[in-house]
Amino acid sequence: MRTRTDRRKWVDALNGYLFISPWLIIFIIFSLISLGYAVYLSFTEYNLLRPPRWWGLEGYQRVLEDELFIAKALPNTFKYVLIVVPIQTFLSLVLAFAMDQNLRFQRFFRTIFYLPSVTSSVVISLIFIWLFAPQGIFNQITGLTVNWLDDPRTAFYVIMGMNIFTTSGTLMLIFLAGLQDIPLAVYEAAEIDGANGLQKFFYITVPMLRPVIFFVVTVGVIGCFQVFDQIFVMTNGGPLDSTTTITYLIYKWAFRDTRIQMGQASALAVILTLIILAVTLLQRRVIEGSGSGAER
Amino acid sequence: MAVTTSSPQTQVYARTVFFDRLRKYLFFAMLAFWAALSLAPLYFTLVFSFKPVADVYTPPIWAPIPFTLDNYITILGTFQLFPRWVWNSVFISVIITIFRVLFCAMAGYAFARIEFPLKSFWFNLLLISMMMPGVVTLIPSFLIIGPGLIRGGLQLGDLRIPTGFGLIDNPWGVILPGMADAFGVFMMTQFYKSFPKELEEAAMMDGSGRWGTFFRIVLPISQTQLITLALLTFQGAWNNFMWPLLVLRSPEQFTLPIGLQWFRGEYYTLYSVILAGSIFNTLPILIIFFVFQQYFVRSIAATGSKEG
Repeated sequence: MRTRTDRRKWVDALNGYLFISPWLIIFIIFSLISLGYAVYLSFTEYNLLRPPRWWGLEGYQRVLEDELFIAKALPNTFKYVLIVVPIQTFLSLVLAFAMDQNLRFQRFFRTIFYLPSVTSSVVISLIFIWLFAPQGIFNQITGLTVNWLDDPRTAFYVIMGMNIFTTSGTLMLIFLAGLQDIPLAVYEAAEIDGANGLQKFFYITVPMLRPVIFFVVTVGVIGCFQVFDQIFVMTNGGPLDSTTTITYLIYKWAFRDTRIQMGQASALAVILTLIILAVTLLQRRVIEGSGSGAER
Repeated sequence: MAVTTSSPQTQVYARTVFFDRLRKYLFFAMLAFWAALSLAPLYFTLVFSFKPVADVYTPPIWAPIPFTLDNYITILGTFQLFPRWVWNSVFISVIITIFRVLFCAMAGYAFARIEFPLKSFWFNLLLISMMMPGVVTLIPSFLIIGPGLIRGGLQLGDLRIPTGFGLIDNPWGVILPGMADAFGVFMMTQFYKSFPKELEEAAMMDGSGRWGTFFRIVLPISQTQLITLALLTFQGAWNNFMWPLLVLRSPEQFTLPIGLQWFRGEYYTLYSVILAGSIFNTLPILIIFFVFQQYFVRSIAATGSKEG
């Protein structure tokens, strides 16, 4: 009997590893080894031509002294996150709340709202370049004559607006699912106590949705810190570096510049990872700490 | 809502009804406005993809006047690379989808059902890796797919072990890292954990082993979840930009998004053709979206509520 359970255990162990092996191999190569190597590279000078040369913290120092990083990429990235995340979160929450009122055409609206997010980032960027061209449809409709994407004062805001536009639909669906999980009885109890619509929204909906809000903000923050496709396609970081973000700078240093600097780019990637980690933890504190009603 | 306008009993009551209706109209107007906004870019793209190249900024903006099919003819007939890009996109996305769904289902099943050593260790690593931003592994992953982490390979005595796959400018270089990932495994694990195991146990009793049970019983009954993951994967792979941009170098190998971006650089004046191409890139996803709509909604609802 004992030998049989032993054999069973052994077979389970073998099968377990066989079942996870395809994922495990890819995970070890492209996540574990990659992460380790990225950290190693960040302490080296590496231009692809000669083997990486260890230079300790020199790469980090160069990043922190780099004019493009300090004056443009870093502030731009934070500006991007601080503008896009709150607006897209609030907007999608309000849209979801409106959807949850069981108005007519609900299914129709849901489909339409999701459309911008099924379109690829490149395609939507190409479309926006055309819409916001000097003679483009946006200027035609509004009667303005702004050269949106060639003007350092406006280019970044067009990209922000476009990304709010494309992600709000998905986030709205996430919120809608969360809203539909809130038991109707809670609202009815509040109505009996005489709560009006706004009160219900701020005292019931928002606190009950806290876990979902946390999720949406986290996903938004992580995504926004890494914004790349749209910038690559629409502005290439310009005009006058006004749309250069950290991820774009990593790409530029590692793959685009004539003098490739993979070590320094890795140092910046590590810095970005730490920033994202810190912001995520901080924001978890803020959202969970701001009330006692955290559910899950 | 039991509130009706037909029997207002008191004035207060009537006022609530009035505000209730007003609020509903406001919400409805808001939804309608956002719907119009969501549709506008694709609508204009569609309209102008049927207008001549010279009219790319010319009104009317609401209807394709004058109408022409030239842009689509250019794409499908004159411009040889375009059908190739479509094919490359289809090939890469389909292969990634098949592998990712299968591998994630396998790993998810193992994490949910089979006891094996270090299971929780690997699963915790998986959870941590989901919080890791993708950029940090970008450069090493590129080196692994391409020239290798160590130039000339790892020297062990007389043995030379290559540290890279040498798959730059090869569709398999795009496919390989996408074949399995933490999110998919996590999603499938959660699913199998919440799934009754009686059916499998019956099958195991009847003497079919783990693998037989997995392929004959488990995969068929988890169809819905597999389709959901497949749709998410296909959409992601079809629209993916950064990774194929790094891996694929020659125009013959490009996927549709990379190709469209490249085309814009080469033929800036033919923007109507780009618009037609954009429609081409969007159409398959739109069709899939409409056919499998409830799966998309499911998947999104699941991502939101499971992880909070």
